[in-house]
Amino acid sequence: MTGSHTTTTKGTRGARPFWRTLDEQADDPKFVERLYSEFPSEIEAITDPVARRTFLKLMGASLALAGVTACTRQPAEKIVPYVRQPEELIPGKPLFYATAMPLGGVATGLLVESHEGRPTKIEGNPLHPGSLGATDVFAQAAILGLYDPDRSRTLTDLGEIRPWSAFLGAIRAALTAQQPLKGAGLRLLTESVHSPTLAAQIRELLSHYPSAKWHQWDPASPENARAGARLAFGEYVDAQYRFDQADVILSLDADFLGGGPGGLRYARDFASRRRPEQADRMNRLYAIESMPTPTGSRADHRLPLKPSEVESVAWAIADAVTPGPKGPGLQNPAHAKWSEAVAKDLQAHRGRSLVIAGDGQPATVHALAHAMNAALGNAGKTVVYTQPVETEPVHQLDSVRDLVADMNAGKVDLLVIVGGNPVYTAPVDLEFGEAMNNVQLRVHLSLYDDETSERCQWQIPEAHFLESWSDARAYDGTVSIIQPLIAPLYGGKSAHELLAAMSDRPERSAYDIVREFWSAQDGAQNEFEASWRRWLHDGVIANSAYAPKTVTLQSPVAGRLSSVDSRQSPASSPQSPAPSPQPPATIEISFRNDPCVLDGRFANNGWLQELPKPITRLTWDNAIIVSPATAAKLRAEGTPAFEGGEHGQILSLVFEVKYRGRSVRGALFPVVGHPDDCVTVHLGYGCSRAGHVGTGAGFNANAIRTSDALTFGAGAKLIATNDRATLACTQYHHLMEGRGMVRAVTRDEYVRDPKSIHEGDETPPKIITLYPEVKYEGYKWGMAIDVNACIGCNACVVGCQAENNIPVIGKEQVLRGREMHWLRVDTYYRGPAENPETYFQPVPCMQCENAPCEVVCPVGATVHSSEGLNDMVYNRCVGTRYCSNNCPYKVRRFNFLLYQDWDTPSLKLARNPDVTVRSRGVMEKCTYCVQRINAAKIESEKEDRSVRDGEIKTACQQACPAEAIVFGNLNDPNSRVAKLQSEVRNYSLLGELNTRPRTTYLGAVRNVNPELGA
Amino acid sequence: MAASHRSQGTPPVIAPGHTFSTVTDKISAIVLARKTPIGWYAGFAAAFALTLLLLVSLTYLVLKGIGIWGNNIPIGWAFDLTNFVWWIGIGHAGTLISAILLLLRQTWRTSINRFAEAMTLFAVACASIFPLFHTGRPWLAYWLLPYPNTMNVWPQFRSPIVWDVFAVSTYATVSLLFWFIGLIPDLATLRDRSQSKTGRIIYGMLAMGWRGSAHHWHRYETAYLLLAGLATPLVVSVHTVVSFDFAISILPGWHTTIFPPYFVAGAIYSGFAMVLTLAIPIRAVYQLEDFITMRHLQNMAKVMLVTGLIVAYGYMTEAFIAWYSADKYEGFVPINRMTRSSGRSDCSCRCCSCSCASCR
Repeated sequence: MTGSHTTTTKGTRGARPFWRTLDEQADDPKFVERLYSEFPSEIEAITDPVARRTFLKLMGASLALAGVTACTRQPAEKIVPYVRQPEELIPGKPLFYATAMPLGGVATGLLVESHEGRPTKIEGNPLHPGSLGATDVFAQAAILGLYDPDRSRTLTDLGEIRPWSAFLGAIRAALTAQQPLKGAGLRLLTESVHSPTLAAQIRELLSHYPSAKWHQWDPASPENARAGARLAFGEYVDAQYRFDQADVILSLDADFLGGGPGGLRYARDFASRRRPEQADRMNRLYAIESMPTPTGSRADHRLPLKPSEVESVAWAIADAVTPGPKGPGLQNPAHAKWSEAVAKDLQAHRGRSLVIAGDGQPATVHALAHAMNAALGNAGKTVVYTQPVETEPVHQLDSVRDLVADMNAGKVDLLVIVGGNPVYTAPVDLEFGEAMNNVQLRVHLSLYDDETSERCQWQIPEAHFLESWSDARAYDGTVSIIQPLIAPLYGGKSAHELLAAMSDRPERSAYDIVREFWSAQDGAQNEFEASWRRWLHDGVIANSAYAPKTVTLQSPVAGRLSSVDSRQSPASSPQSPAPSPQPPATIEISFRNDPCVLDGRFANNGWLQELPKPITRLTWDNAIIVSPATAAKLRAEGTPAFEGGEHGQILSLVFEVKYRGRSVRGALFPVVGHPDDCVTVHLGYGCSRAGHVGTGAGFNANAIRTSDALTFGAGAKLIATNDRATLACTQYHHLMEGRGMVRAVTRDEYVRDPKSIHEGDETPPKIITLYPEVKYEGYKWGMAIDVNACIGCNACVVGCQAENNIPVIGKEQVLRGREMHWLRVDTYYRGPAENPETYFQPVPCMQCENAPCEVVCPVGATVHSSEGLNDMVYNRCVGTRYCSNNCPYKVRRFNFLLYQDWDTPSLKLARNPDVTVRSRGVMEKCTYCVQRINAAKIESEKEDRSVRDGEIKTACQQACPAEAIVFGNLNDPNSRVAKLQSEVRNYSLLGELNTRPRTTYLGAVRNVNPELGA
Repeated sequence: MAASHRSQGTPPVIAPGHTFSTVTDKISAIVLARKTPIGWYAGFAAAFALTLLLLVSLTYLVLKGIGIWGNNIPIGWAFDLTNFVWWIGIGHAGTLISAILLLLRQTWRTSINRFAEAMTLFAVACASIFPLFHTGRPWLAYWLLPYPNTMNVWPQFRSPIVWDVFAVSTYATVSLLFWFIGLIPDLATLRDRSQSKTGRIIYGMLAMGWRGSAHHWHRYETAYLLLAGLATPLVVSVHTVVSFDFAISILPGWHTTIFPPYFVAGAIYSGFAMVLTLAIPIRAVYQLEDFITMRHLQNMAKVMLVTGLIVAYGYMTEAFIAWYSADKYEGFVPINRMTRSSGRSDCSCRCCSCSCASCR
């Protein structure tokens, strides 16, 4: 151990080049004091209040203390062998089935691991164009959603449990009454419909009831992109982007790396153009955004703007690159240099550039992006237009508005809501819930007994997508058949079955319906069985992607756009005043779907709730997000609006946000890189009926979100209250004291001297040890993580959690700094707090060769394997926590209390049987997914060969859309990981401690435009 | 040295006028003749209640897990190891008084050695609660002992925690033996003077047939001296091993060679402080001013002064080396400890040494 005598100075790049929190940047002594306080929490130390009775029980139990040792949980269970072995099933060997996850009208192809008939882990389907083997956090967490014990479990009518036949009778009677009216009183409200079969069913229903209406409302689908395409081209089209073809990318508040249709594919393509080893292929990303996102963090130049200001800059750039009439000009001349440089760069890369607008921006900006792409010759090259993937694109706000009008007018007798929670998500001024009361019969099909169910007579438990047959299209139109992995746990019904119940043949199963639809589509009837099997096996229908479509821009675009109905963006109209030097009396407010729970549909998913959100690193809460400067301005005399620190426990002042006469209260949270004088609030919180996990978390931003400001609007007011709220923010956990964790240079510096990335950091020679060098014969596992590629999307974190049975511990425990994620994503900043460079660094166990944890364990519970793994022997661990104390990376996690849920039956099903479920008192940590390593080794030994490169993928690697994580055998010089680790950018975390980590990092390189400077 | 005491008019070890028999009379009367005062019952009741509270707390701890202590991931130890180091530390004063002062022929020690040794025993008993219950699964803590087992697994001998197990168990054994052997002639006195039959039987058994013959005295002196010789290295070694828990690790601020002497000095410092804390009230309550004289208090204060200065030197060396190493993380630690954390807030077990030192 040579920790103390090696010296690290980073003088060449300033005293503290990278920082993680504002206090750290400011070097605030109060913050440091809080950071080092012994007791991380002001709250009562004992988790559950010991009530008087418990106390008495304890007193009694104390007398028997000497004998109490049986504290390990041993379930008393009988095992029963198979009497008839199911086909293809070998006990202990998982099977993988292809399916797809629909979200917001678009599907992501998945492969689901099934153990003895229960799905346990979701991976991406490499054959699926929208996945390429990667997944997002929502797909990873869908397993927990499936087994959620809080799901709606029974069919109820006004709260009374009813059989399905009773519902069939009720709906039949209601429909019969509609027959003479041609269905004039029938309304169907769905989310964006992803399923061609479902669309066909709905159309069939509408053909029976021609006066009935179909409405759609789906907060997860891109409303403004739809409207923008229609504005630009006069019809609904989908734009698909080819990031692998683009040299220069301009994002207008678009978080294309952070999710949305095709997001996984885009992240992969984008990362493929960011390899500094191929410096001339490196793309350049300009991002204009308000709320900092993963996309903005990866941008080479980021311009933080209020949402309403984006349009002005977009106009300025459009003016420079498109011919024809000019726009209203730049509101703020300060951005002239930026927009000129971007315009110049875009024009220098005609046909190889790309402009992409985000869904937070109004249709005008989308249309501008389309116009710019057309003018730059990108259409057909970096951006391809196809017919829309959604089966029936509509303007959803208008759709739901019409529905409310009809309901209020008493025109609706029967309302069938297929999925979604419109009472919670619909714009508050529509008063959807109140309007529903005018409907005679209300039916709701949903996964949860939620706010909408509360207002419906019939609540039908919905079958999870892993429980039912369906179909869906990927972002490019490729069809996947969604096949179930398990029979509905709670007797749920799919949308297909509900629609069938409303048809002439009410008892058809979803399987029959989907199969019938596709057999009708597939002309060659006799070969249908073979194709069907092929589709199910592959998870995609080959060549079903939509063909590119030539679309013509409505001209003159500029003229049309300036006169466009800017209903979406009252604040963005050209008349809005230019920003004045004085702080405006009111503040602009922007509404976003939450990066973890989206519009609230995942609010009861513990994995997603506890997942530190990208950038903010908040868990279990949403917050009123402002810039640090705005937070300082709001800070009233003597009452700090925000107190950072104490191990993630942030004590923040509660503010009341007043907007359009409505108000909501939430905790203030400053985020660096956020523009001043505007706030961002995330939707999806404050649900009143989400379930045990989600109810009560955060505040409901929908309560102030009106239909004229769905994404943003001006005129909000922040009023301080005297209340305080605690936020659990993991950005303050595991601080590394400004040691050189992330290394980054610009592309030019890197091309000049690749070694410049390590300037100021030193690594000791390998001879500094008393022990003889250990030779690793056979395999030598290692991992390389590319900081340059990581987009901070968190898919790896949830993937790891699902694979390794990692428990959810709850907000109160996160506040104490005890979160259990084996893999964390640290965020590092460099530069001014107004607009810093942002870097993400995933940190799993480093699997050190000189592991400091191993020597200090008194019982040998953490030991080195012959392949160099730092193995954790849970059974042997007595829990001294010495290993964690001695771990310089702080990657070990301790079960301080009993965190695993040992009692809920459905959660037991969700666990990976190949990974030990840890009890309390045991240390745990990343194992490099040793169960996967061993499975692959057994396979290879059976075939008498060595494990092939890429055969073992760790869970984090498999989930990563950007391929930032690579695992493999370092003894094989041709393996990807060995090649990456031999690159110049490669470095070890805290290499000066001579721990010799097997996990190493590749430094980041930014492709800075010299005109704009670093 | 003895001459200088006399010539300087230093207070005597025993108040004038005492003979062997008056001393014996007075001390044995405390045990045998003195009526147990009400205050004793009150004190016992308070102590018993606190012990019950300990039992309840430990039960709750075993049922719930050590999460109830508020530890977290950077700070895996806090409450537990701090207490362990402190209790082990104060025990050192007893051993030092018994063993080292005996070897150095400091005769004044005989007035205070018995209860200092008793304090050592109780301190070791208290200390051993913490390593046992600080583990996440205390019912498996016996795995730290090298015992033959069917799993064929031994403790991991490179870990300082295993060294702790040996150091502390040796220390507890030797301290117990030393205390008991020293007690034998006194138990015999009590046996001889006891008025009750049960007293005679119990003291008789504990006195192990002591008759006070010259042979007995000779063998007693030899055994006592040998045990003192055995115990002497323990005064240094036990806390040295305890300090290895920290010094062996690679954490800045823990990974430093000053820790062993620094811990030992801190231990003696706080141990003497504890002896004084106990001696002064006992002296008053049992009217032992004749035996625990100002001389004893002065001597103990002098030991505290010396060890306190050593501890101060340790602090200075630590700060100096941190600066001298030019390692900014090492340098950060003492500055942080000295300026930014006071009282309750000290993030790590490093405060063990601080609490040893500051317990006065």
